[in-house]
Amino acid sequence: MRHESRRLILLLLPAGIFFAAFFLLPMARLFFIGGSGKTGWAAYAAILTDAHYFSSLLSTLGVATATTAATLAISGISGVFLQRHKFPGNGALVAMLTLPLAFPGVVIGFMVIMLAGRMGLIGQVTQALTGEKLVFAYTMSGLFMGYVYFSIPRTILTVMAAAEKLDPRLEEAARSLGASPWRVVLDVIIPGLKPAFISAGAICFATAVGAFGTAFTLAAKINVLPMVIYTEFTLSANIAMAAALSFVLGIVTWLVLAVARTAAGSSVAAAG
Amino acid sequence: MKHRGLFLLQLGFTLVVCAFLIVPVILSIMAGLTVNYFVGIESGLTLRWVIEVWNGYRDTIFLSIGLSLACLVVTLILGVPAAYVLAKRQTALTRAMEELLVMPVAVPGLATALALIVTYGSLSGFRTSWGFILVGHVLFTLPFMVRSVLAVLSAIDLKTLEEGAASLGAGFWPRFRDIVLPNCRSGILAGSLMVVTLSMGEFNMTWLLHTPFTKTLPVGLADAYASLRLEVGSAYTLVFFLMIMPLLLALQAFAKPRPAKFVAEETE
Amino acid sequence: MTTQAGKPLAIALENCAKTFPDGTRALEPLDFAIHAGETVVFLGPSGCGKTTTLRIIAGLEEPDAGGRVLFDGEDVTRLPIEQRNVGMVFQSYALFPNMTVAGNIGYGLRIRGTQEAALKARVGEMLDMMQIARLADRRIDQLSGGQRQRVALARALAVRPRALLLDEPLTALDAKLRDTLRLDIDSLLRSLGITAIYVTHDQAEAMALGDRIVVMEHGRVAQIGEPREIYQRPATRFVAEFIGTMNRLTGSAKNGVFSCKAGNLPWAEAPANATEILFRPEDIRVAESHEETGLQGTVAAAFFLGDRTRLFVEVGEARPLVIESTARRAFRHGETVRLAIDPRGLVVL
Ligand SMILES: Nc1ncnc2c1ncn2[C@@H]1O[C@H](COP(=O)(O)OP(=O)(O)OP(=O)(O)O)[C@@H](O)[C@H]1O
Ligand SMILES: [Mg+2]
Repeated sequence: MRHESRRLILLLLPAGIFFAAFFLLPMARLFFIGGSGKTGWAAYAAILTDAHYFSSLLSTLGVATATTAATLAISGISGVFLQRHKFPGNGALVAMLTLPLAFPGVVIGFMVIMLAGRMGLIGQVTQALTGEKLVFAYTMSGLFMGYVYFSIPRTILTVMAAAEKLDPRLEEAARSLGASPWRVVLDVIIPGLKPAFISAGAICFATAVGAFGTAFTLAAKINVLPMVIYTEFTLSANIAMAAALSFVLGIVTWLVLAVARTAAGSSVAAAG
Repeated sequence: MKHRGLFLLQLGFTLVVCAFLIVPVILSIMAGLTVNYFVGIESGLTLRWVIEVWNGYRDTIFLSIGLSLACLVVTLILGVPAAYVLAKRQTALTRAMEELLVMPVAVPGLATALALIVTYGSLSGFRTSWGFILVGHVLFTLPFMVRSVLAVLSAIDLKTLEEGAASLGAGFWPRFRDIVLPNCRSGILAGSLMVVTLSMGEFNMTWLLHTPFTKTLPVGLADAYASLRLEVGSAYTLVFFLMIMPLLLALQAFAKPRPAKFVAEETE
Repeated sequence: MTTQAGKPLAIALENCAKTFPDGTRALEPLDFAIHAGETVVFLGPSGCGKTTTLRIIAGLEEPDAGGRVLFDGEDVTRLPIEQRNVGMVFQSYALFPNMTVAGNIGYGLRIRGTQEAALKARVGEMLDMMQIARLADRRIDQLSGGQRQRVALARALAVRPRALLLDEPLTALDAKLRDTLRLDIDSLLRSLGITAIYVTHDQAEAMALGDRIVVMEHGRVAQIGEPREIYQRPATRFVAEFIGTMNRLTGSAKNGVFSCKAGNLPWAEAPANATEILFRPEDIRVAESHEETGLQGTVAAAFFLGDRTRLFVEVGEARPLVIESTARRAFRHGETVRLAIDPRGLVVL
């Protein structure tokens, strides 16, 4: 047993060393640089005290929350459906739904432009129908659309993997007890997929908060924190402020994730 | 029949989602091949834009392929053993470790890149090599590998399977090789799919980590979107699609779960 | 390596207690010896420590400090399971989903570096022995529960272990399958002459399979003995009530007669302080009309079972007496019956 512990530590060590050298150490340095600017450590409070930073924080969290909710609903329905029903063309559908997995944020931005941009499909269709051209790619709605587009493929993969592990016998048992399809979804499928939902949702949220490729492509004017940080770093050459902002943003995201996980954990414990 | 209606409803919904994802891809492919997208398909088809992109941005393509494969190798070596340990030992320490490993996903890529630059940016040989970008990519993709493997390992009764193997005389390493690795294969494949594709497309960090000599494909794309006409951007995107498609299909074929359940149903 | 394949193993536990890290005391200090080639069944209610004992013997748990596990007199307490050469059958089967049936059965041999030809032959032998040859290339998820259990047995036996440990191997199966497999396991263990430890909470299974039975209660051994002994001479009330049906009469003994509400029972060896006597349904019967007997009661219920009638006879005790009558007559509810008890079946605790 003691021998085994040593082996387990050995297996964990490579990842641990890499992580300490290339993440923990640099982050610590970033933290100190964040406090080394003109305003000193007050830079860390700026995200709350400075109205401009604070409003971008709010809109960042808002768009991430909306993205997560929409993505989980969409991927939950389609993922379970595709895992449960094997029909001709199922494979092709899965392949198409997971295709954008490889798309960088910048490409997603371009896809949004293709749909909702000045020369986009939605604009053309709405112009033909109503005479008015609907263009929203370069706004927060465009960003939301892009993030949902971005998150669906990986969330569907996670949901499908979890749905595969779901014991179909549980469902059959519930149905044999007279549960309607909706009750089966509520009482068996959703609880069974909950861990997958939570982990996929958490990643979804974090990605939406931290990504900046899509916003970068859509417009410099979209007021989300990553864009603000980038502007501080490159245009204003204010490395300290950029460091402080990104550090705070990282902490916020991480806290949200931790809280989500704890809440899920305790409810799981209560159920079982 | 009620079930049939439900089936069709779900199918319809899934098809709409599919259209949302695929239609812009098709539009952009068309744009990359038309002489003038503003005029429309009537202006004629051409490979001019694609050739222009190939000549101008070839290097970014090769660099991205190499980077993502290197990233895969590193995350496999670091991530799979780590996931195994995390699955096996649920202590405060391993939980903290799991929490920490996910941080590079939680922390915006910009911040990670910034941190790497302020810490290692002065090592000029390292800063200008593709190894610098690789480090960032591994940080970002490692949690995906770990979580994907961990998810599979937590779903199977690893402890009893290992005890079964041990009772047959298998020591630690044989168990790891014969029982643990094969049984988390689906997780490893899903994780690999994630890692390669994420690395291919990583932009948030790479945009800051790259140098003029180490431009990856997404960096080139951003360049093209910002400075060149829509048709060139589309053509570049088309090249990206062409490049990623075989890889994606291959990985999907590998990652496809075995249809074992259906065989079982037939034979019972 | 302290163990070699082939000859059956004698196992001894010395002072083996188990306290889990969370403080659960699963096992009180236990001393116990298992003879080579013997089948010992651990029997007891859920949570009494059967699995824990088995896992200590297997090497999957270490006993608390001071405890020792001896294999043929050699201390193996610190030896991990993979070096003990014991075969193990798990309740959940623990078959490897990444291998076929044949792959599972051959795994132990492969680990031992057995040559391909010998390995194939042995796997074939095991498949035949378990009558599952046609399943050789199936995946595990394509097997029924009974088939899985056969594969698990074959896998454990393929390496010719020195002892076979089985943890409730039949609990997950239906009654009929359980009976078939129990017979198969029984003849298998007899023909192999292997030392076997079998954990169950099913007393019928324990009776049928065990050379000796260890009855456990709350992490302690309540009684160790042959099935007959456990049944006929239970050492404690717990054992008496846990195994089979026990009748009970309360009263007092004087001058070779036990007196109770049902009457007087002549019993020459009655211990002077006996206030309660216990006996099995088969040791009491309805007396013939010409017989002398001082005991009687009223029929509370009678169930005709074909070969016999199960009677519940009210005698003024907390519970009615259970009697298995083979008399070729019908019993009426409320009928008064005279009772005869065979004093050889009486137990005083
Ligand atoms: N890993 C563990 N950690 C803490 N307590 C444990 C652990 N394993 C078993 N126990 C406890 O030890 C006691 C004995 O458990 P054991 O599994 O040996 O019972 P058992 O007789 O095999 O019961 P069953 O018939 O239900 O399998 C139980 O109270 C159980 O809850
Ligand atoms: Mg048990």
